[in-house]
Amino acid sequence: MTSGRAETTVTDQEPEQKPGGTRLIGGPGLLLVWLYGVMVVGAVSRSVYQIATEFDRAPLAYSLSAIAGVVYGFITYTLVRGGETARRAALVCCAAELAGVLTVGTWTLVDPSAFPDATVWSDYGMGYLFIPVLLPLTALYWLRKARPA
Amino acid sequence: MLDALTLATGVAALLLAAWCGWAAYRDQPTKDWHFIGMAVVTLLTLVQLVVGVVQLARGEEPEQGTVIFVAYLLGSFACVPAAGFMSLAERTRWGSITVAASGVVLAVLEVRLYDIWKG
Repeated sequence: MTSGRAETTVTDQEPEQKPGGTRLIGGPGLLLVWLYGVMVVGAVSRSVYQIATEFDRAPLAYSLSAIAGVVYGFITYTLVRGGETARRAALVCCAAELAGVLTVGTWTLVDPSAFPDATVWSDYGMGYLFIPVLLPLTALYWLRKARPA
Repeated sequence: MLDALTLATGVAALLLAAWCGWAAYRDQPTKDWHFIGMAVVTLLTLVQLVVGVVQLARGEEPEQGTVIFVAYLLGSFACVPAAGFMSLAERTRWGSITVAASGVVLAVLEVRLYDIWKG
């Protein structure tokens, strides 16, 4: 009995002891990483350019684009790194990203005057083929499925 | 910018997307022929990059700004090869889907390039 219980405990702990175990960039994850990479380049380069040249025109919009870029960058990094901790961090960030898209998307529709210029997340990411709103949903689904059994 | 070149690159990108999408539909990874296709599309974007830089050097100005124009030229040049290298490591249909996605993104970038040049 005792040995049996010990074995079960060991098996239960195993996923925790191998942080590199969960590979997140295989299969559908590859497409996710690529799309997140595109969004990182898009959001970061856009916000850097706009903040550097015309920040006063729409400070709120450009700051939000910059934040979006940072979030995308972090999610890309966690996906590439893999492992259980990274998977959980990515889950949290994707949820935050989804909340951000929905909040900013609604905000731009309700109060357009606050946004003299567009952000990455304006109108739920319409300027980016709605990728900003579809990507976190897909990623959340993928990350939940990749959970170690 | 040469409109014909932008159009040709956009159409080639969509053809590549359809071709790799077909491979993914048949549950196949990217193969040698696909990589030749990617090379052709990449060559077009490289020509575009050179033509764009030459036109800037001759003093022509894109409507929406030189920095944005060059950024989009570089982005469209890097787009397909990046996905191609990733598909080398993923020998399943998902590699093909990723390359197909890169073709669609490149087509969008071409439309944006056209807008940036013409205003």
